[in-house]
Amino acid sequence: MHLILFFVFAGFCLAGAINLLIQSHPISSALSLIVVMTSLAVLYLLLGAEFLAAAQVIVYAGAIMVLFTIVVMLLNAGREARTLGSRVAWVVGFPAVVAILAVIATVILHLQGMGVARLSDGSTSTITSTDELGTVLFTKLLLPFEVTSVLLLIAILGAVALARPGNGDPQDNRERTAGK
Amino acid sequence: MNSFWAQDVPLSWYLMLSAVLFSLGVVGFLIKRNLITMFMSIELMLNAVNLSFVTFAQQWHAVKGQIFVFFVMMVAAAEAAVGLAIIIAVFRARATLAVDRIDLMKL
Repeated sequence: MHLILFFVFAGFCLAGAINLLIQSHPISSALSLIVVMTSLAVLYLLLGAEFLAAAQVIVYAGAIMVLFTIVVMLLNAGREARTLGSRVAWVVGFPAVVAILAVIATVILHLQGMGVARLSDGSTSTITSTDELGTVLFTKLLLPFEVTSVLLLIAILGAVALARPGNGDPQDNRERTAGK
Repeated sequence: MNSFWAQDVPLSWYLMLSAVLFSLGVVGFLIKRNLITMFMSIELMLNAVNLSFVTFAQQWHAVKGQIFVFFVMMVAAAEAAVGLAIIIAVFRARATLAVDRIDLMKL
């Protein structure tokens, strides 16, 4: 059962990620990213992280992606112009991607083969409850939690300050220089 | 065949999926020419890393790994808000989202 669900939703994940790359309209990319995030939530459930699955749907697939789609619609982002990209991307970037993938794959396969970390340990059935998570979060890690709330507040203020009209407005700049 | 489907998923498969998703995110960041889609590729990379965090938390039965994912989500939310605000400001100043034409820090 787990294996079937894993294959189905890992397939959704990969299909969504590849679709994100090949679509040229930002709104299609955003929708396929929502597919990726929702199927990742199912994978979290399979891994026994029920709270994170809910948070993934609410925070990522909900809040963050709504923000993305609103910005795409607000800026009326059309079809992107395909260019070949910079030469740095071709010479350094893609070999680096292949290298990253190869290194990660060899390390994982190595770990599995050596039995240092028995990754194929059939331990997928244990579920971390929200109860346990909350206990650790609000006792041992209370200070980081509070710091995060301050971070979110600063982010809200920064977003409002940056997106306010008149911030880097060409007309505004012209008026300012004319007024001098 | 029936016993194949009944077995548990090896955790290394999750790690492989996470590595592939991360690499797809890097490729997207390199080949996309639209500011918003590049930003989405970054989110994809963050999600891939979160998946491997959850996998290792499951492997070691550690709650702290999952809490780390929680913090990553919070920081990603803050980052998305600020990043999209910057994109709106850039669009207002340049009237374009193509990264090839946004090559000056100065407005």
